[in-house]
Amino acid sequence: MAENYQTTWANGLTLLVEEMPEVRTAAFALLVPAGHIYDPPQRLGTANVLSELVLRGAGPRDNRQIVLELDALGVDHSSQAGTFHMSFWGATIAENLVAALRIFADIVRRPHLPEKELAAVKELALGALDSLEDEPREKVLVELARHHYPPPLGNDYRGQAEHIEALTIEEVRQFYQRTFRPNGTIVSIAGRVSGAEMRGVVEELFADWPAQPDPQWQCGPEPSHSAHLKQATQQTQIGVAYDTVPFGQDDYYAARAAVAVLSGGMSSRLFTEVREKRGLCYAVWASYHSFKDRAAVFCYAGTTADRAQETLDVLLAELRRLPEGVSEDEVRRVQAGLKSALIMQQESASARAASLASDWYYLGRVRSLDEIQREIDTLTPQRITAHLQQYPPRHFTIVTLGPQPLRYTEPGTDPRGPR
Amino acid sequence: MTFHYTRLANGLEILGESMPQSRSVAVGFFVQTGARNERPEEAGVSHFLEHMVFKGSERRTAWDVNRDFDAIGAHYNACTGEETTLYYAAVLPEYLFAALDILTDILRPSLRPEDFDTEKQVILEEIRMYEDQPAWSAYDEAVALFFGDHPLGHRILGTVESITALTRQQMLDYYRRRYLAGNIVVAVAGRLDWEATAAWLAEHCQHWPAGATPRRVTPVVSRPARKSVHRPQVNQEHMFLLTPAPPVESELRYAAEVLATILGDDTGSRLYWALIDTGRADSADMSYHEYQGAGAFFTYLCCEPADAAANLEITLETFRTAVRQGITEEEIRQAQSKLASRLVRGNERPQGRMRSLGYTWIYQHEYRSVDEELGRLRAVKREHLSQLLEQYNLLEPTIVALGPLAELAGTVFPAS
Repeated sequence: MAENYQTTWANGLTLLVEEMPEVRTAAFALLVPAGHIYDPPQRLGTANVLSELVLRGAGPRDNRQIVLELDALGVDHSSQAGTFHMSFWGATIAENLVAALRIFADIVRRPHLPEKELAAVKELALGALDSLEDEPREKVLVELARHHYPPPLGNDYRGQAEHIEALTIEEVRQFYQRTFRPNGTIVSIAGRVSGAEMRGVVEELFADWPAQPDPQWQCGPEPSHSAHLKQATQQTQIGVAYDTVPFGQDDYYAARAAVAVLSGGMSSRLFTEVREKRGLCYAVWASYHSFKDRAAVFCYAGTTADRAQETLDVLLAELRRLPEGVSEDEVRRVQAGLKSALIMQQESASARAASLASDWYYLGRVRSLDEIQREIDTLTPQRITAHLQQYPPRHFTIVTLGPQPLRYTEPGTDPRGPR
Repeated sequence: MTFHYTRLANGLEILGESMPQSRSVAVGFFVQTGARNERPEEAGVSHFLEHMVFKGSERRTAWDVNRDFDAIGAHYNACTGEETTLYYAAVLPEYLFAALDILTDILRPSLRPEDFDTEKQVILEEIRMYEDQPAWSAYDEAVALFFGDHPLGHRILGTVESITALTRQQMLDYYRRRYLAGNIVVAVAGRLDWEATAAWLAEHCQHWPAGATPRRVTPVVSRPARKSVHRPQVNQEHMFLLTPAPPVESELRYAAEVLATILGDDTGSRLYWALIDTGRADSADMSYHEYQGAGAFFTYLCCEPADAAANLEITLETFRTAVRQGITEEEIRQAQSKLASRLVRGNERPQGRMRSLGYTWIYQHEYRSVDEELGRLRAVKREHLSQLLEQYNLLEPTIVALGPLAELAGTVFPAS
């Protein structure tokens, strides 16, 4: 059975470890509270540029040495500017994990942020914005978030081209100084490791990192909750979002179950009604997304332009029908799916490392598997229906991309009504 | 870890590897058929049939199939390739027989006409979805140009025309021709009771039609060719370079994996340093695709149209340098570390292990433990890389460029 360890140092950095003696590998997640919400409003994309620039030389290593050493250790890794965190993720065979952590400690604490690399990193950031235009599915989801959450919460991490073009090395370094800090940083490790050893290693690497005040950010105005992006594509991309309860609130498990009723497996409602019965789509789904203080369900469907109206109509009808109730059979299937996902997650060091960090960020503790299992077991149709009646899917944000806009205002209903 | 094997009288092969430390079990039915087994008039039938399998049998409607899988919390799906159609499920150990009951049942599909007509619309949507993604369109164009009339040039999804014209009878004929027990390998990996699993499969699959229809493997005759596909509405230029590589039966396949990693892995490779680190391109990666009797290196580039010709030249120069000056011991060690780590991680969970087990059996006709695979990877030496670069010409790629450029300028891209 997995053992868990948790340590928080005086500077506010937390380590979470899960020992998984049955695997040969180990993974870590390193979340620094330096997400793109801290991008200056006229420099959207700074965090994204920094997430690449920190890798270009740190501690005793230059750009090339970092890559060579991580390759020699067989570390698959990524870094990303998320909304609240800049996250670094890595996985490799277990005996190489400590060496990998040492490199990432340098990356986070002692990056060179070399001016000579900035032009290339900016080119990459601009290229990512260009490439997004060739990925209509990704594009509609980016725009859906932007039209559902106020800025900077709804912003895309890629930022804006003209802001990135204007970005100077001083501005990137200032962002680093202002945001990179141990208070609120989470290091999570799972795999064939020893909790005691990891505690010693992380203490050596991070305990003397001085805390500093949390930077400020401001929430902007509510966005307009609808948009159509005209593009001469074969398919129309449809994105629909609505609010639900955040991770950690009492109703969280009921909210997750409601999303699973919509889009858990192939017997779920959206797949059945949109794809199986009507053949309208190849891809249709809904997924849950949470911040600490707000959360939303994001729905997606992509279909040929002349069938897009019917697809949206069916999708919205399914969302509006949810509060009418869910059946015993549906709940049993949702429970089976959640239970098997929970158990299978324990076979993956990466999945466990991600889950430990996420629990700590949202809840300030790591849930035991027994606790999650108990919560899944207590789900009933009554509980889920009661939740849906309290938080019915409504006030939809609707973004479409394709040759023609779609209609979605029902008589007497304003989809952009009071929120 | 223990390996188990049995073969039924009708030719069905069953493989098992018990992984007592795992918490789940995965099963896959590897049907040795795919796009390369299709006749021209049935293009796309393998993949369409894969969808129809989930539409039910005599015992189950489409809804029953979905409901029964979801009721046991299965992670299940299927995928169709050039050579294999794989149906799989990963479940908690107590549901293995329930999963087997569904999979063995739906592999005798009813192909009901009304389901056929509805699902045809879904397939057409899938085709259009990929058509809206320029990288996929470029891939399809490159495969068609490189393999030409060879069956490996078939599009797995077919085309809007071929799918529209396809009849249920054609699908049934294809099914009867290809879904014979001797063409199917079942692989089970994870926490399992082998004796009970083998006995269950023997009882439930013994009536499957016997026989095997081995694939006729014809050589690929590929001449370097170049093509520009003008798509003014696309933002970036998307390019594929294809060159010959060892077939799946070749011992050089490990060297080929190492070479693709050295030249074109997404980090730390020669193309990474030349094109990504410098910010010249958004994507530059090389991968090794292996088939029966054929292979290819696929290199994908995506960048601003204005940089396309220069980046293509840098890529070709990277290939020329590799051929002229070879590969260093250090690079080989680096690539082996990366690939070894991925191999271990990819095989750690039952679902990944089940895939390796099945594909290794199909292609190599033997069982290889993860440690044996690691040994073969670590055995790659400089001389193998030299041999690979001598036997498979990297310097005359088939090139497709798709995007806003009407044609790529420069001497590296003369009109074909």
